[in-house]
Amino acid sequence: MTGVLRDVYFTVFEFVRTFGALQLFFLRLLMYSPGILVRRFGLVVGQVYNAGALSLVIIMICGFFVGGVLGLQGFSNLAKFNAEDSVGAVAALALVKELGPVITALLFAGRAGTALASEIGLMRATDQLSAMEMMAVNPIRRIVVPRFLGGVIAMPLLAAVFSAVGLLGAHVVGVSLLGVDVGSFWQQMQQSVELADIQEGIIKSVVFGFAASLLAVWEGYNAIPTAEGVGRATTRTVVITAIVVLIFDFMITAVAL
Amino acid sequence: MQQTRTVELGTGLFALLGMGALFFLTTQTTGGKEFTASETFQVTARFENVGSLRARAPVAMSGVTIGRVKGIVFDPYALDAVVTFEIDSSYDQLPDDSDASILTAGLLGSQYIGLQAGGSDTFLEEGSELMFTQSAIVLENLIGKFLVRGGSGDEE
Repeated sequence: MTGVLRDVYFTVFEFVRTFGALQLFFLRLLMYSPGILVRRFGLVVGQVYNAGALSLVIIMICGFFVGGVLGLQGFSNLAKFNAEDSVGAVAALALVKELGPVITALLFAGRAGTALASEIGLMRATDQLSAMEMMAVNPIRRIVVPRFLGGVIAMPLLAAVFSAVGLLGAHVVGVSLLGVDVGSFWQQMQQSVELADIQEGIIKSVVFGFAASLLAVWEGYNAIPTAEGVGRATTRTVVITAIVVLIFDFMITAVAL
Repeated sequence: MQQTRTVELGTGLFALLGMGALFFLTTQTTGGKEFTASETFQVTARFENVGSLRARAPVAMSGVTIGRVKGIVFDPYALDAVVTFEIDSSYDQLPDDSDASILTAGLLGSQYIGLQAGGSDTFLEEGSELMFTQSAIVLENLIGKFLVRGGSGDEE
């Protein structure tokens, strides 16, 4: 009985400790960020390329098909009420407010987050981080902060591309394939989408960008320095990011409504 | 060197594409019909039933948005809804006997307030109250009336 209690105690204790360590890690990253942005901007650009430009293909293809599905589903369900013209409004609201930021964050975790976690984790496993410390180079500043900032900058841009390409997909399916009138497609959209909706989407994508990048570099930096440990860190990145993003999504939506 | 150039070019293209997408979303998908005016004056009107009118709904005259609904409260003494709305101060020559009705944009669209000009020589100003109002048409009541009338028609 006391054994179980002790286990529970240590699990809770360990969880709180890890959570606190994550907060401190985040604060350290934020503290170093301005300096790196100003003095080592080249490093950040390289990471924006890795996290953002290289993720464009998957984001655009997924965005196009998600938009297309919204067009199909919206059309077939709205047709029951003779409101097929609203398919543009439905697709735009769904993409800008929810699907754009959320699916982009999940894809970002899968495409860029895993790359970050495994890269940093492998550096830890092959003692590259220790070697840097030996050379009086702070690995958090040199390695972790640029990758974190790259993700934070790339994520909102990726979400915007996702939503825009998604609208293109909805347009292709709705207007070109199913024959919704172009004029009413865009007019209904413009009537129902407000600037506040786009703001909500931007806020979400920024928050998700911070969360996904932080969790990826955190998992990589604290990976157990073995082959198995790096693999586990990569998996945990995707799992925890997905959970955190969806919880944050719910909270932000609840606040914004 | 070649490597760096590719990275920089890719990043630049990506950033431009992202900002372009953001610009597209903010300008093309929104109506931009958000009412903004630096100077406004407030007018109230009492309605028996406001239907699904919400704060921030547009106030239109001849189809042009000239203001927006600020707040809707229920008056427990007069037992009706008091709608406060602000109107752009540049429209300071609206007759004060204009009537306000709650209309629906399209068949299933959102509700807005439509003003119909009256013939008075005095104008609406801060704190005026519109005397002539027409409530929102509630679809259920309309159907109910139609059914009752249809029923009595059969009996005759």
